[in-house]
Amino acid sequence: MRFRQADWSEPLIFELGSEGRVGYQLPGLEPGVRGKADPDSLVPASLRRSEDPGLPEVSEIQVLRHYMHLSQMNYGVNSGLIYPLGSCTMKYNPVVNEVLAAHPKILGVHPMQSEDSTQGILGLLFNLKRYFLDITGMDDATLQPAAGAHGEWTGIMLMRAYHKDRGELGKRTEVIIPDSAHGTNPASAHMAGFKTVEIPSGPDGCVDLDALNAAVGPQTAGLMLTNPNTIGVFENQISEISGAVHDAGGLMYYDGANLNAIMGWCRPGDMGFDIIHSNLHKTFSTPHGGGGPGSGPVGVKEALAEYLPIPGIAERGGRFRLDWDKPKSIGKVHGFHGNVNVALKAYTYMVAMGGEGLKESSELAVLNANYVARKLSKVKGYELTYDPGKPRKHEAVLSASPMLNDTGVSALYVSKKLLDYGLHAPTTYFPMIVPEALMIEPTESEPVEALDAFIEAMTEISRLAYSNPEEVLSAPHNTAVTKLDEAKAAHPKTICLSWRRFCALLRDGE
Amino acid sequence: MSKVHPYLPNSVPEVKERMMKEMGISSIAELYSDIPEDLVYKGKLNIPGPMAEAEVKEHVSGLLEMNASLLCPPFMGGGVWPHHVPSVVDEVVHRAEFLTSYTPYQPEISQGILQSIFEYQSHVCELVGMEVANSSLYDWGSAVGEAALMSSRVNRRTSILVPDLMSPSRLSVLRTYAEPAGLAVEKVGHDGETGLMDLEELKEKVGGDTSAVYVENPSYLGFMEENAEAIGEIAHGKGASYIVGVDPTSLGVLKAPGEYGADIVCGEGQPLGNHMSYGGPLLGIFACKHDNSYIRQMPGRIIGITETLKDQRRAFVMTLQTREQHIRREKATSNICSNQALCAVAAGVYLGLLGPQGMRQLGETILARSRYAQRKISGLPEVEAPIFSSQHFKEFTVRFQGKTLKQVEKTLHARRIQAGIPLKGQFPRIGETSLMCVTEVHSKVHIDALVSALKEALE
Repeated sequence: MRFRQADWSEPLIFELGSEGRVGYQLPGLEPGVRGKADPDSLVPASLRRSEDPGLPEVSEIQVLRHYMHLSQMNYGVNSGLIYPLGSCTMKYNPVVNEVLAAHPKILGVHPMQSEDSTQGILGLLFNLKRYFLDITGMDDATLQPAAGAHGEWTGIMLMRAYHKDRGELGKRTEVIIPDSAHGTNPASAHMAGFKTVEIPSGPDGCVDLDALNAAVGPQTAGLMLTNPNTIGVFENQISEISGAVHDAGGLMYYDGANLNAIMGWCRPGDMGFDIIHSNLHKTFSTPHGGGGPGSGPVGVKEALAEYLPIPGIAERGGRFRLDWDKPKSIGKVHGFHGNVNVALKAYTYMVAMGGEGLKESSELAVLNANYVARKLSKVKGYELTYDPGKPRKHEAVLSASPMLNDTGVSALYVSKKLLDYGLHAPTTYFPMIVPEALMIEPTESEPVEALDAFIEAMTEISRLAYSNPEEVLSAPHNTAVTKLDEAKAAHPKTICLSWRRFCALLRDGE
Repeated sequence: MSKVHPYLPNSVPEVKERMMKEMGISSIAELYSDIPEDLVYKGKLNIPGPMAEAEVKEHVSGLLEMNASLLCPPFMGGGVWPHHVPSVVDEVVHRAEFLTSYTPYQPEISQGILQSIFEYQSHVCELVGMEVANSSLYDWGSAVGEAALMSSRVNRRTSILVPDLMSPSRLSVLRTYAEPAGLAVEKVGHDGETGLMDLEELKEKVGGDTSAVYVENPSYLGFMEENAEAIGEIAHGKGASYIVGVDPTSLGVLKAPGEYGADIVCGEGQPLGNHMSYGGPLLGIFACKHDNSYIRQMPGRIIGITETLKDQRRAFVMTLQTREQHIRREKATSNICSNQALCAVAAGVYLGLLGPQGMRQLGETILARSRYAQRKISGLPEVEAPIFSSQHFKEFTVRFQGKTLKQVEKTLHARRIQAGIPLKGQFPRIGETSLMCVTEVHSKVHIDALVSALKEALE
């Protein structure tokens, strides 16, 4: 396998500028548009900008090439062989999604237009919500949250509104979260005003019922849980877990960052969950754009529907309208209707797959994850922790602890060396309950040939670690840049978060 | 499913068989054997399809075609505005290396997106006059919410003062963010003639518990807050921080908030190269002054400069991650992880293309076109436009005396024109008033068509 990423040593765009150049032209004013007033007088003197902003002056082709170069120094699902980033579900982002999302009759639509003029998009969103409810087994949903963590926070705000409405918020102050949870769970619960109580996982990596029973009580607002959990295992005592939380008057929150293993097989709503968010940019194939925009719809059971953000989307007699009449709503969580363009791509994906296709994609995602897990757990240096005999779902977490102990090569270096082969690395050091974690999620998009190539690369890294660890420890070599000094970036003396700061530091000789 | 789906390479029966054989299983159901029987879903997902690509195109574009065809771009803003998106912006954000990548957890293979976002942060800093910006928040509303929370973490105070003419939608988002943190949101009134914040009332209300004073400039109703500097001084006089919300298209002609005392700047970056898309994705701008007590409390992802360990080459990396949820969990400054990264890249490309001249011309063009529309509309009988005497940037209020908004809209819609956000529901005392928006995309022909439709409506 030979891979070499482009290295353009690309200057900052500010360093490409030259006085007078422009990359864009505005249409001129027609006669009559400019009034008699002096243009300067249109802005109050106290607010008039005296100096132009310090933006670069570059021609169109320079801007274009600059970003073409930068794009070649980046790696996406479409560029690589595999992108097995666990918990992130880097599946194929179908090109037709993008084509349709660029339709002028969505791009040019303003969110405050009359309902009569937006029946197409309202209908699409309404049906997307219906399909989402069908997949998750919930009763109502909002599409407003702009990302998964935004959805989590919205979901916990709904939990808050529910208890408040019952006069119990004063005593229900705690949200229980397993130690294997995504970091967003405690952060979202905290932002929604709750204390978090962490419970340890059992020896099988699943919720320890005794620990849960000890933690749950009249002070419990709810439990946040991922199922399949972050080690990729299905919590098969989920009904008992839900029972314990419900008996205490708490609510069950489903972190559905990832539904990719279970579509058509089981539904969070049937497991006893009351609130769920899901990331459209994971299970439903919308691209992640190097960090967003995502979309994190939230589904709820009937008892929580009245608290959902305004406006909802309603239908009567084939006509769609926005429903603002929700006096108990938590309010708005987004200026308008969320990341609609992302939702459109998810809708496009759903109908391209159909109900049966979604179920099959879940099955193949599970097949792929188990295929990789079983093969890699036999490779020297890696082990599958927590009940290796149990089937995994969409992902599997290997530990590189044996390799670290034997050779000094940690999960970090395994991941850096993978980059040298032109593969993306798995998620590392998460979940925290697995030491030297390598969290692998191949998704259903990868042909078996790509899985084999990944397994081959991981095997080769093991061989190198045990024979010539230096070769692994010096990685990566084939990426645009070699290993970075991450401490320097955060040091109070050298921290530099903008060109403006960069120039100031240069002046000061730092 | 009998057919092999193009997105599912291993759905070929022979491939599946071979994989299962190597794994020692005889059916995929075995991999689901740990799901309790009573939880296995017995029904079928009721989702149409699978559709072939041609069918998908026909179906989805058929739905979108049900959105009305308009005569010209809507005369609407209020947080999402019609602006021209240069072709180079769309070209760049469709590059699959950017589009289909994840958050740059592996910086060595992700320098492209890292540098692009660093440049976006840098552009924002130049526009708003700050030295620190993050890689984006969800939208202006969530940026105001996060700014309020950040301010209260910095100075440990418990209330935030906002203009009573603030965008109701952003106010609703702010309240949702503030409530669980115990942060009170209080309104400050305005001068009835100018719309500007009432400085006397502000002086009365700002006190020892005031964490921050927030203004929008230009305001939600389009006028420029010319007392912005004085407001900042009043806030600082009581030890409160000063948060300014901006529409960045104004910043080629308007003073940078950093020049008039802002500590935190937020705003909506959608007009910088991002399409309206029925209101999302948007781009929450978030910047602050270079002060460690602020920087440590910033929400969201931040890209910084560093070097390679081996040969000290300049490179870029996500930094200050110890503020973030995956490390700090419940003590994180925010729960945000996925943000609006690609929209930030679009904004960076846009600002790179326009440059200083382009931003100034953009501001001047908007001012001229909007002023032209104000002149024409205010010349119609029984119409007041704008209702405040202050100078306006791209949005302005229009009050109808003889007709209701509903009557006016009916005529406009019949002419395939969408114009104005009705304000009566948002500000009950404001009357039959609409918030119009004119930008560089509205030609004289468009504006004249609007004016003639309004004239017809008022007859």
